[in-house]
Amino acid sequence: MENPENVIEVRNLQIDFHTYAGEVKAIRDVSFDLRKGETLAIVGESGSGKSVTTRSLMGLLAPNAVIKNGSIMFHGEDIIKKSEKEMQHIRGKDIAMIFQDPMTSLDPTMRIGMQIAEPLMKHKGLKKKEAIAQALEMLKLVGITNPEGRINDYPYQFSGGMRQRIVIAIALVCYPEVLIADEPTTALDVTIQAQILDLMKDLQNRIDTSIIFITHDLGVVAGMADRVAVMYAGKIVEYGTVDEIFFNPQHPYTWGLLNSMPTLDTEGGSLTAIPGTPPDLLDPPVGDAFAARSDYAMKIDTEKEPPFFKVSDTHYAATWLLHPDAPKVTPPAEIVRRQKKFAAMEKPEPPIKKETKE
Amino acid sequence: MPDERKKILEVHHLKQYFNVGKKDEVRAVDDVSFDIYEGETFGLVGESGSGKTTAGRSIIHLYEPTDGQIIFNGKDVSKLHTKAEMHEFRREIQMIFQDPYASLNPRMKVKDIVAEGIDIHNLAKDDADRTKQVEDLLETVGLNKDHSSRYPHEFSGGQRQRIGIARALAVEPKFIIADEPISALDVSIQAQVVNLMKELQEKQGLTYLFIAHDLSMVKYISDRIGVMHYGKILEIGPADEVYTHPLHAYTKSLISAVPVPDPEFERNRKQVVYDASREHDDKQRRMVEIAPGHFVRASEDEIPMYTKRAQEAGLVTDFPHN
Ligand SMILES: Nc1ncnc2c1ncn2[C@@H]1O[C@H](COP(=O)(O)OP(=O)(O)OP(=O)(O)O)[C@@H](O)[C@H]1O
Ligand SMILES: Nc1ncnc2c1ncn2[C@@H]1O[C@H](COP(=O)(O)OP(=O)(O)OP(=O)(O)O)[C@@H](O)[C@H]1O
Ligand SMILES: [Mg+2]
Ligand SMILES: [Mg+2]
Repeated sequence: MENPENVIEVRNLQIDFHTYAGEVKAIRDVSFDLRKGETLAIVGESGSGKSVTTRSLMGLLAPNAVIKNGSIMFHGEDIIKKSEKEMQHIRGKDIAMIFQDPMTSLDPTMRIGMQIAEPLMKHKGLKKKEAIAQALEMLKLVGITNPEGRINDYPYQFSGGMRQRIVIAIALVCYPEVLIADEPTTALDVTIQAQILDLMKDLQNRIDTSIIFITHDLGVVAGMADRVAVMYAGKIVEYGTVDEIFFNPQHPYTWGLLNSMPTLDTEGGSLTAIPGTPPDLLDPPVGDAFAARSDYAMKIDTEKEPPFFKVSDTHYAATWLLHPDAPKVTPPAEIVRRQKKFAAMEKPEPPIKKETKE
Repeated sequence: MPDERKKILEVHHLKQYFNVGKKDEVRAVDDVSFDIYEGETFGLVGESGSGKTTAGRSIIHLYEPTDGQIIFNGKDVSKLHTKAEMHEFRREIQMIFQDPYASLNPRMKVKDIVAEGIDIHNLAKDDADRTKQVEDLLETVGLNKDHSSRYPHEFSGGQRQRIGIARALAVEPKFIIADEPISALDVSIQAQVVNLMKELQEKQGLTYLFIAHDLSMVKYISDRIGVMHYGKILEIGPADEVYTHPLHAYTKSLISAVPVPDPEFERNRKQVVYDASREHDDKQRRMVEIAPGHFVRASEDEIPMYTKRAQEAGLVTDFPHN
């Protein structure tokens, strides 16, 4: 590992999908770190590659996927090089995932108690009776009322949100080192959502789990994340601490994202959607993939891909707007409001600058 | 306040129980009544398992109600007998399902999924027209026509949800039940879909029953909101009013739990916890109009308390109870 604090290091990941229409270039050179005990949120446009990126950490890509390049280091070993058999020992035990579609990750023909107990029997060698007893505890933890009465029910007998909580129970039951949560709470109402988020935080505090949290709910990100990575068209375009992304965003896509939410005082009128559609990844555009939809696009955006520019030690953004020669632009009003707040926020004491004369 | 608008849907004392008479009887919907006016958006919110989806499925008649009545366009849905009546009902009322993946046939191409209704109801002149309609619909929901010959598994979660929306729109329905239609979408697409739904409403006079847990979005899109809890509706009223001046303690707790996209706010969040035990005190409760058009499920002795709350919020000066 490059850094001992990291649990996972992803470098230059590139994933294509074979389809009849051609090669879908879904992940285009993605690199990131996951630190011990942190929550990293991945946000971004639908189809930008959040699920594919994280499924690759589990070794669970669709059969038509090809990893073209890159490495995924976990405990000093590259996950990409592992066999399916080796992955089966990691999956569900060291790295667990809550999938986006609850129904597809539950077995419709198996009682839910058994589904929660199974990983315990498989990875921890528990006897059925003990495993079921722990499954019952887990059901309570995720807030299913009358768990004793429901442990022998089948998935179809539960509401959408209850099914999702069962999926969450399965993922948490082995206390994994890394938890990947792909839209874990979208099917849940806000009260249960708050309960599940607390449960995940609690788990994190107790056993120092690292969490990758995928969601489009920026409110949840604001409450959960330590750091945030923003994806667009198969790339990470900006990453930083949660405060840096929410209060000092730099990439025009991040601006668009923060600008399209209704605030409590949005009345009538229409929401500020980002115009246009994301690029076709069969033939990704040259340069900054967001340029075609950006009010702030410059000529160079359609010619050359922007590198990451450093905003702070923890904050980087891939936009030509940060190039020293770029013209100064004014972001949307909501972003200016946020940046003002950032300027006024207490920041950690900067190291005292010594007068150095060369 | 007599309402001049036409009621497109009337739900009277709907009960939808599962496993009736058995040990594991579930009263998913338990004596729920509400009306939806033509051209409005009625938002249904409430916690997981409170019966929102079941209510939606009862309305489109996927279940035979245990008790109560559902009247759509003046006709009792349980009494549609002729094939033609059923056919018309199935076209006029569409549901966008909560679980996008489970509701899309994995073996069908996207164009055939979207065109399913067009085919059933013979809405295309010829093949070219069918293709054109499908492509237009895909564009409407922010997908492109190259997507039309792909299969559902080749799409991301949000893209699948939009296929479901395109399919519902294809038959030009009058009434759409949208069950968590946008919760799987990223905010920018959410904004696009919500804007689209509003636009269609203005152009075609569509009516929506919008089921969701994202209260800020529900408040934004809905004219009126109903709050469900354990199979019952606890509060109904104008969207803004319910959101800014909730009268029922459950609604208050629901609103206090909405995540706000501001890390500073989130670090200091205070959540109001709701104690549901007070609902089980065996008192008779009914929907009482506390302020004009603003109903709360209350027992006789709770009415003065709610009235006081409404007065303090300035919703009512002197309002007689019915
Ligand atoms: N099996 C597959 N075959 C072909 N293309 C695929 C396949 N799986 C995913 N894709 C494509 O890869 C891209 C990334 O998909 P992914 O599921 O990672 O998106 P996402 O960011 O998770 O989106 P969402 O927020 O909608 O869930 C999308 O353009 C999608 O259409
Ligand atoms: N087919 C069924 N058989 C037995 N019980 C059922 C069935 N369908 C739903 N239920 C139960 O009815 C109740 C209401 O479920 P419903 O799906 O309507 O909830 P919901 O409000 O839509 O919740 P969510 O927000 O989680 O989707 C739940 O307790 C659920 O377990
Ligand atoms: Mg996804
Ligand atoms: Mg539901």
